[in-house]
Amino acid sequence: MAGRLGVNSFYVFASQGKHVFATLSDRLTSTFKNLRSKGRLSEADIDATIREIRRALLDADVAVSVVRDFTGAIRERSLSSEVSSALNPAQQVVKIVNEELVSILGGASRPLQFAKNGPTVIMLAGLQGAGKTTLAGKLALHLKSKGHTPILVAADLQRPNAVQQLKVVGERAGAPVYAPHPGNMGEGATPGLSAGDPVAIARAGYETAKVRQHDVVIVDTAGRLGVDAELMKQASDIRDAISPHEILFVIDAMIGQDAVATAQAFAEGVNFTGVVLSKLDGDARGGAALSVAHVTGRPILFASTGEKLTDFEVFHPDRMASRILDMGDVLTLIEQAEKAFDSGEAERMAQKVADGKDFTLSDFLVQMQQLRNMGSMKKMLGMLPGMGQMREALDNFDEREVNRIEAIIQSMTPAERENPKVINGSRRARIAKGSGTTVQEINQLLQRFDGAQKMMRQMAKAGPAGAAMPGMGKMPGVGKRAGARQPKKDKKLTPQQRAALARKKAKEEAQGASAPGSAFGVKQDVDPASLQLPSGFDKFLGK
Amino acid sequence: MTDLLPYLVPTLVVLSGLGYAGFVRSKRSSRGPQEGPQSIERDTVVTGDDSDLRDGVGEESEPRSAGPVHTPDVPLPASGRMARLRGRLAASGSPLGQRLLAILSKDHIEESDWDELEETLLMADLGVGPTTELIDALRTRARVEDIREAGTIRQIVKEELLAIVDPTLDRTLHLDRPESADEVVPPAVIVVVGVNGTGKTTTIGKLTRVLVADGQKVLLGAADTFRAAAADQLQTWGQQVGVETVRSDRDGADPASVAFDAVRTGRSTGVDVVVVDTAGRLQNKAGLMDELSKITRVITKEAPISEVLLVLDATTGQNGLNQARVFSQVAGVTGIVLTKLDGTARGGIVVAVQRELGVPVKLVGLGEGPDDLAPFDPEQFVDGLLGVSAS
Repeated sequence: MAGRLGVNSFYVFASQGKHVFATLSDRLTSTFKNLRSKGRLSEADIDATIREIRRALLDADVAVSVVRDFTGAIRERSLSSEVSSALNPAQQVVKIVNEELVSILGGASRPLQFAKNGPTVIMLAGLQGAGKTTLAGKLALHLKSKGHTPILVAADLQRPNAVQQLKVVGERAGAPVYAPHPGNMGEGATPGLSAGDPVAIARAGYETAKVRQHDVVIVDTAGRLGVDAELMKQASDIRDAISPHEILFVIDAMIGQDAVATAQAFAEGVNFTGVVLSKLDGDARGGAALSVAHVTGRPILFASTGEKLTDFEVFHPDRMASRILDMGDVLTLIEQAEKAFDSGEAERMAQKVADGKDFTLSDFLVQMQQLRNMGSMKKMLGMLPGMGQMREALDNFDEREVNRIEAIIQSMTPAERENPKVINGSRRARIAKGSGTTVQEINQLLQRFDGAQKMMRQMAKAGPAGAAMPGMGKMPGVGKRAGARQPKKDKKLTPQQRAALARKKAKEEAQGASAPGSAFGVKQDVDPASLQLPSGFDKFLGK
Repeated sequence: MTDLLPYLVPTLVVLSGLGYAGFVRSKRSSRGPQEGPQSIERDTVVTGDDSDLRDGVGEESEPRSAGPVHTPDVPLPASGRMARLRGRLAASGSPLGQRLLAILSKDHIEESDWDELEETLLMADLGVGPTTELIDALRTRARVEDIREAGTIRQIVKEELLAIVDPTLDRTLHLDRPESADEVVPPAVIVVVGVNGTGKTTTIGKLTRVLVADGQKVLLGAADTFRAAAADQLQTWGQQVGVETVRSDRDGADPASVAFDAVRTGRSTGVDVVVVDTAGRLQNKAGLMDELSKITRVITKEAPISEVLLVLDATTGQNGLNQARVFSQVAGVTGIVLTKLDGTARGGIVVAVQRELGVPVKLVGLGEGPDDLAPFDPEQFVDGLLGVSAS
């Protein structure tokens, strides 16, 4: 339970990145840290930056050849006046990288192509274990929800019981499966050899779809290696037999340097028209997406993000770019948070903090209610940076516990909500009675709320950069035994870390104290208008 | 969790408003210092190499303690004193020393040779960290020892890699049936784990054939109750060699109970080996990893687990290290099966895995055929990494 962990451990959790190396933005920041004194970027500075970007890309499994081309292009752009004349070159370079990534990843994004008349044929191809059969089900469900009537064709006669698997998947998706041949199963099966003729089955499947008037045919094929000439020939035979409108190449997001060779082999072998990235719910950074898109020039159409049939989405190039660069999926969080709180509330809150007014219990109540109206509070909180590490605590979090907090606050008078300091002993007893809780619980809430208020005040002073996380680190321990544990938790920070934090904070404070509107850490050294950022990306740059 | 709400909720609001940028930045920058100790550790590794050089130059390349002698036959550099001086300069790390070194010793090997070597290693999925370390150490060594041939360097790289992979490591499967005071000797238990689609079931199928050919009595446990038709797939493999499969009669049953039943059945029927198949799971899904730890826990109630094999796909990139790390924590992996090595992928990630976790690769999968499973050959593997065709 998070309560028992205390906030200090929250801070520690938040700081433990899942990657051994610091994030790209972090590394770039350190590369550029002495830049301000120099005034402008030298070529050596750019080279240092390019090295960091190269490393980040390689760590994300982007193919070596692609990294080479890519960094070459970045270097060229970075050397132009576009960067050297910018006031914040580090961010400018990151922005260029991001733009280039997005343009490769999503340059030619498009929806599925459908046939003008007759059934649309979609063929799936890929390595063994890439997730083709599962994807067939997901795609069927997706198309069904759009009003199509898909039929699945089982042309994987190679892997034992693949046909069986497709039947089950089809049943779950509510789509019929054309499987005249049982494939490799039972006593007489020979793994490694195709049990029947997949070409004939694919053709018959297409004919069946026409007769039964299905408007989409999804053909699941056996997994094959790029170097297996015989199976590649078979795949192209299947293609020629059914002339598919879309050939989707399914590739595992975890794949490494081999992505290029594989993608090229499949591009030559079956000439796929689009890419589907599978297993994107893992923690791989998925540089393969970039490699494949760059090498073949084919668009990535979908991403598969879980084991359930509904875990299937249209590909978001911008998010993938952030992920490859290890910038975190903050955009999704921001999007969700924006959905959860109406803009009025966010603005009011921002204004309040900026004006140095205190965060009150009634604000808290309203925010909590709005958040809950959005659905799962768990999900939202889980997206906070660092909260991924607290999954266990989150899983144990019972959303109904929020009701009790709500009850406590609702048992207070408006004056008490505005100024919790007036709540004395007898008021506490009254509130406890009114909300059906104990005085202790009220004490706890008030104590924690006091900490939160302090945090917000710090934010107002230093900007959230200085206060949000380090401030949380300093909050009074929460939970029943947190007080006793606190000294131990503190030890988790090494002296260097503490020193670095202090430095960081001092720096942020120095910056934050300038100019009006800096309350939220809005840095004045970039003119965002001049950057012409892609929408959403400016959020990284402090505006 | 409720204790944190007063902090988290306003934080979210602030995020949704103007303030998130700073928040993001602070979170990011706060990570920086935490990385400190780790990168220091990393540095020490490199320094280790350097000190090796420092000590080794005079009396000529003292082999590193582990593994085979990597340069037993490098001739003493002609100018012994010069080499020693360079060695000291290289190790000192002072800017002056470095500059002197640069003057005293020219880099005889072309920059493009280094680049090519680096790319070869990177393309084998060795990872940036290990590659850079290896190349840097070699560069220093090449200067100190006055190596002029790119070919020699390649040879040394091979030896170094081989030393990391360590051919002397025990790579056999431990299938001795545990001693027991009871009359019934429990079977050896192999649990096969891994992320989705790496080839766990196929590996078990092939492994079963090997075990059967070896005269062992085998029983399969289909604890993959999640993926459609996984149990059928396993059963098909088993039937070919006359091996029974214990499975649940419905999809979605508790995998731990299926595993337990399999081991218990194995025990009562007196088989030698029980192989338990588990569902593929991504290592970042906490719930599924808990399920896995429950499976192993429950099995040990009936018989100790002899081997936990992690199936890694050779095409996997840097994420493979995360996979190995998490699965080791949860299930105590004792060996790795590197599958799909018959393609163009070279599986260099296992070098990093073995270096960090000390878990050896025991078997390799070479195709979909029933007998495409082979013991791991370090030398062939290293040749593969360097793009040398195995002859």
